[in-house]
Amino acid sequence: MSTTAERQAVTGAAGAAPDRDWVIVTRGIKREYDMGGEIIRALRGVDIAVKRNEYVAIMGPSGSGKSTLMNIVGCLDTPNAGEYWLNGQLVSAMQDDALARVRNKEIGFVFQTFNLLPRATALANVELPLVYAGVPAAERKRRATEALEKVQLGQRMHHKPNELSGGQRQRVAIARALVNDPSILLADEPTGNLDSQTSEEIMRVFEHLASTGQTVIMVTHEPDIAAHARRIVVLRDGTIASDETQPQFVARLGIHAPQL
Amino acid sequence: MPFLEAVRLALQTIRVQKLKSFFTLTGVMIGVMFLIAVVSIVEGMADYVENDFAASIIGTNTFYVARYPNFQDVSDEEWRRLQRRPRLFAPAADVVRGALPTGTYRTAMVNESFLPATVPGLRPRSVQAVATEASYFEIKDYEITQGRAFNAQEVALGARVVVVGSEVATYYYAGLDPIGRELRIGGVPYTIIGVIAAQGSVFGFSLDRLAVAPVTAPLSRVIRPRGDLGQIVVQAPTREAILDGQEMVRGALRAFYGLGPGDEDDFSLSSSDAALSFFDELKGKLVLFGTALPAIGLVVGALVIMNIMLVAVAERTREIGIRKALGARRRDIIAQFLVEASTLSILGAMIGAGMGIGLAKLIAAVTPLPASVAPWSLVAALVVGAGVGITAGIYPASRAARLDPITALRQE
Ligand SMILES: Nc1ncnc2c1ncn2[C@@H]1O[C@H](COP(=O)(O)OP(=O)(O)OP(=O)(O)O)[C@@H](O)[C@H]1O
Ligand SMILES: [Mg+2]
Repeated sequence: MSTTAERQAVTGAAGAAPDRDWVIVTRGIKREYDMGGEIIRALRGVDIAVKRNEYVAIMGPSGSGKSTLMNIVGCLDTPNAGEYWLNGQLVSAMQDDALARVRNKEIGFVFQTFNLLPRATALANVELPLVYAGVPAAERKRRATEALEKVQLGQRMHHKPNELSGGQRQRVAIARALVNDPSILLADEPTGNLDSQTSEEIMRVFEHLASTGQTVIMVTHEPDIAAHARRIVVLRDGTIASDETQPQFVARLGIHAPQL
Repeated sequence: MPFLEAVRLALQTIRVQKLKSFFTLTGVMIGVMFLIAVVSIVEGMADYVENDFAASIIGTNTFYVARYPNFQDVSDEEWRRLQRRPRLFAPAADVVRGALPTGTYRTAMVNESFLPATVPGLRPRSVQAVATEASYFEIKDYEITQGRAFNAQEVALGARVVVVGSEVATYYYAGLDPIGRELRIGGVPYTIIGVIAAQGSVFGFSLDRLAVAPVTAPLSRVIRPRGDLGQIVVQAPTREAILDGQEMVRGALRAFYGLGPGDEDDFSLSSSDAALSFFDELKGKLVLFGTALPAIGLVVGALVIMNIMLVAVAERTREIGIRKALGARRRDIIAQFLVEASTLSILGAMIGAGMGIGLAKLIAAVTPLPASVAPWSLVAALVVGAGVGITAGIYPASRAARLDPITALRQE
């Protein structure tokens, strides 16, 4: 895991390409929304650095900019100012097609609302990123099947989303996020629409992925879910309020550390 | 994304969104159907005029010498001037005949009119009565199915013989041999000596209600009580020879009428070309009118398709957001929508083309209107139909493809 000093060093070196250990480096990211004259500053200069294999949780009150940050990190949105380096590439300077490629190859995104294609089967949904990567049909099917099996959905491949439970849908979404072997798995409140038991189940999936070396950033509201991560970043009013290790975080909040 | 993938995706969407697909398909289909049907009928009429009509009614490579011009709009003043022209009489026909090289050009004096023909015990019927010379049968290229045509001697003698069209024969003598039987035309009895093979009809007007008698027979007097000639028909050996023939005839007739170099012609020479150009003009108008209507239909169809596509895009913005989030590029989204739109419209255009041909054939079968499906109209309809779909698909598709993934995903 990265240390505070390392992170400060890499986020402070404006304009310099970070070395390959860093999956994500943002420097002074700003995102503003113009709501008919009134400017809403969702992000007011966020410096964040994430090393390979890190498991980071992002917390913060509602409206603090967590989703805005995740969308920018996931290349679904573009910042108004600041640098964003992903795997040594300056993503914040990229055009449409290059961004599509980055979304396809480097990023796996898991949404609170699943965002599966309702009319497509689980298998077809998981195949989608491979379709846009230009993978031939047979290999696509093989890899999608494999990804679904990894999340214990081998038996539900030909079901459509409305024939699956919420937990199963989220596992399809996770399989889809992972099928292209992304450098980073992003999840914005992945358990927000699930009951606590199913949430635990999904958390175990993330847990397992993180333990096998997958870099993960996850947004959550709940401290005990955040406590699964090794590092917890708290946002407040569009800036980073704290960036702690799991033991520091647990100690500060006085909650039980989950079994890792 | 490979092209085949876009096609597969489009077909899948078409299958899933049946109602939307149906409307798109139907819009193009109806436009193309009417386009083809109308163009086919207009073309059919044009064909008819050029081939059958010109040959049957006007005659192949012929021109007419008459007192007045044919097929022309004439002002009142001009009409009064035309009326001062001398009437045409038999000697003029001799002049015409003498002016042309024998063997290559054919001439015939013709008087014709619709007259009632009767047989005792049957209701009289109007027939097209023609008083002419024996050469008329060659000029018209009539095939005699029963009996024979009259000959030059019978014309010289003014024999009361008549050659009838097939419809006349079957009307008056159904199931009987008409040869040697009597037919009264204009109150004068004639003996039927031959029957002309069926010619069919032009625009619902039968060419077989025909009775041809010698020009010297009393029939001429019935048609033209003053004893003058209706017209002299001249057949040139080729289409190109029409003009030469007209010049020779013009020169001879001007001398015959004693016209000076500055005088206007005292007669009219009209060829089938004049009639054809009249019909060409008519056809131009028909094509314009007949194409404008379905074209409007197609434009309306295009707007409908565009609207459907826009609604489809709005409905599917989330889907577009998901696809873009997973790595679809702008062109992948455009390809998907474009293939979807053009598959539907090409399919619609093809079905519409089939139905258009069917409709044209149906109209040809149940109405006197002829129809002929022009290959160009098929190609045009398919191109226009597909073009409409693609154009209608491009705008909403490119609009959808420009969306930010997150903007698209937020849409409910
Ligand atoms: N599309 C938008 N247009 C205008 N303002 C927006 C938009 N998206 C977010 N905001 C504003 O930006 C701020 C940050 O929003 P964001 O969604 O990032 O918060 P969040 O931390 O994810 O909150 P929550 O925990 O409720 O999901 C909020 O004030 C929000 O109103
Ligand atoms: Mg949020």
